[in-house]
Amino acid sequence: MVDLVAQPADLALRGDRTMAYQNIFTQVQLRGEYEPGVPLSADNDPRFGPFGFTYWMGKLGGTQIGPVYLGKLGLASLMCGTLAFMIIGLNFWASVHWNPIQFVRQLFWLSLEPPPAKYGLKILPPLQDGGWWLITGFFLTASILLWWARTYRRARELGMGTHVAWAFASAIWLYLVLGFIRPLAMGSWSEAVPFGIFPHLDWTAAFSIRYGNLFYNPFHALSIAFLYGSTLLFAMHGATILAVGRYGGEREIEQITDRGTASERAALFWRWTMGFNATMESIHRWAWWFAVLTTLTGGIGILLTGTVVDNWYLWAVEHHFALAYPATGAVDPATLPGAPQ
Amino acid sequence: MMRKLATLVLALPALLLAGCEVGTKVVEQVGPRGAGLVQIHHKAGLPPADVVPAPPYPLTPDMLTGPRANVTYQNVRVLGDLSTEEFNYTMASITNWVAPADGTVKNGGCNYCHNPANMASDELYTKVVARKMLQMTRNINSNWTPHFSLSTNAGNGAGVTCWTCHRGQPVPKYNWSASLPDPSTITGNKHGQNTPAQSVAYTSLPNDPFTALLQGKNNIRVQATSAYPSAHKVAIQTTEQTYGLMTHMSQGLGVNCTYCHNTQNFANWSQSRVQRVNAWYGIRMVRDINDNYISALAGTWPANRLGPAGDPRKVYCTTCHQGVNKPLGGVPMLKDYPGLKGAYHTGTPAAAPVEGTPIAAATEAAKPVG
Repeated sequence: MVDLVAQPADLALRGDRTMAYQNIFTQVQLRGEYEPGVPLSADNDPRFGPFGFTYWMGKLGGTQIGPVYLGKLGLASLMCGTLAFMIIGLNFWASVHWNPIQFVRQLFWLSLEPPPAKYGLKILPPLQDGGWWLITGFFLTASILLWWARTYRRARELGMGTHVAWAFASAIWLYLVLGFIRPLAMGSWSEAVPFGIFPHLDWTAAFSIRYGNLFYNPFHALSIAFLYGSTLLFAMHGATILAVGRYGGEREIEQITDRGTASERAALFWRWTMGFNATMESIHRWAWWFAVLTTLTGGIGILLTGTVVDNWYLWAVEHHFALAYPATGAVDPATLPGAPQ
Repeated sequence: MMRKLATLVLALPALLLAGCEVGTKVVEQVGPRGAGLVQIHHKAGLPPADVVPAPPYPLTPDMLTGPRANVTYQNVRVLGDLSTEEFNYTMASITNWVAPADGTVKNGGCNYCHNPANMASDELYTKVVARKMLQMTRNINSNWTPHFSLSTNAGNGAGVTCWTCHRGQPVPKYNWSASLPDPSTITGNKHGQNTPAQSVAYTSLPNDPFTALLQGKNNIRVQATSAYPSAHKVAIQTTEQTYGLMTHMSQGLGVNCTYCHNTQNFANWSQSRVQRVNAWYGIRMVRDINDNYISALAGTWPANRLGPAGDPRKVYCTTCHQGVNKPLGGVPMLKDYPGLKGAYHTGTPAAAPVEGTPIAAATEAAKPVG
């Protein structure tokens, strides 16, 4: 038996009712019997829950919490992730002499730094000199890869495609390039990113400065295009589906083959406004590829930096796409005879 | 519900604006469009020309004649080429600038440096330091003119006096000394960065870029001069050190990056503003000051004039600039103190000291080289 806790979306086209769909929170909450999930084969671990219904989580998504499938991969991933998180936090705390107030006040500045350049690719430099950074990187990477395996396995167990896992893999690619693959290629862990809030942002700025302005890196440009494109597609798609929600437009998957008035109107809207429309199927492929290509191209761009190209601005000058501004008349004083050094 | 939405719609832009500074801005475009080459100032916050201490009394031309100070007095080793009258005038000025007798400085007045029973004696360390500082001031004003070449007073009173840094204090307010070395464990170990430090504008960048870059001859430049990998190896951490120094310069001069650089490419000189040339000379001048004058005094400094790591307190951009691109708001103070401009070349006191070398050298004359 299913009750509608709040039911403004009864599809009645009355003015005061239809306004309710224009809201940032979910308006429909379904409650009834717990939905326990599909039976799993014998080689699976037990699930926990369901735990119950919550009104406030229902505002954001489904009201039912659980069941959770933790399993061996999930457990191992959580343990590795917690260990990495704790090592980072304890290093932060130690760096302010274990002072809890300073830990909070300086939190955004604190950092766990990679080893300095002098250690190269040494497996375990002194703990205070990047050793803890390497240990943290190991456990964080293990945690992320285990979690990836978990998304793959769970999708398979549900008979789903593995699209989520491969999209996640694209993000992991960028993470691995930044913290592992590129430092290996450069022969030094010091090339990797520190664990810290402002420190990783300063690292990003310094990285761009060191390699002659990353905006001239074509793969960086592609990554930005896909990133901004993703947000645009997300906004267009979300808005379109909400806009035809009053005609049942959120039943997107059935509408791939049985369009119905919601998707007819949505498609017509885009043909009217830009002459072309995505379909209920293709819009999701657009969104998936844009998201995946953001980190895929970004990772390629980072990997080429320092390994293949050492100064992207000069590379852009060589390839005739750096805008040449008028010379100001300034000359490098270091090139003058007798200049102080 | 509509009312809630309306409140949200009104509140959200207000919150987004909370990070903005109110007040009229003055925007000056300083380069080609589209490269962010602008300077933005608060209209109210534009620094007025500073009020600088007036000379103790007028220095008239007839005061520049007469016996030289090194004849009249004993042990005058730097300003000996001044007339006795100008020497006394300069001493009185220096006292006002560095250790005034108005009660603001403990033991201020002549006796801050001199033994009143024997004015020629070098027994007080402050006198030894003052002599070195006078040599330094003359060196700056006669040899580092490229640093002042864009001043509206270039060639006519652009340069420094003791006041430029000291402002009535025996130790200039803005100075640096080396930070303590990192501990050998993780406790209290910030790796010289990751601290909301004023020295680098509260970024998490290395907060003592000065020890490495504002003395000695270390390379500040980090970018490769070839598009492709070469022997040029510079770590990200080294870049952060340079970046830290640049945030100091930006903060110390009250300007942004585009005051000197076209940030399209920080390293490119031909598209940088000419101000970068002055800054380049400024960095070398600071190194000269720190290496050959302040650190050269080594054992002369008493313990209370040393930093926590045991090195003397040295200068950086903020020491003179104090947040303005033209120190003192551009007041041509030096013109009243000819004895500080450099050694009198001819011994003819009336002749103005030669103000510098061809200072346009780095902008025009050297084009064939670059």
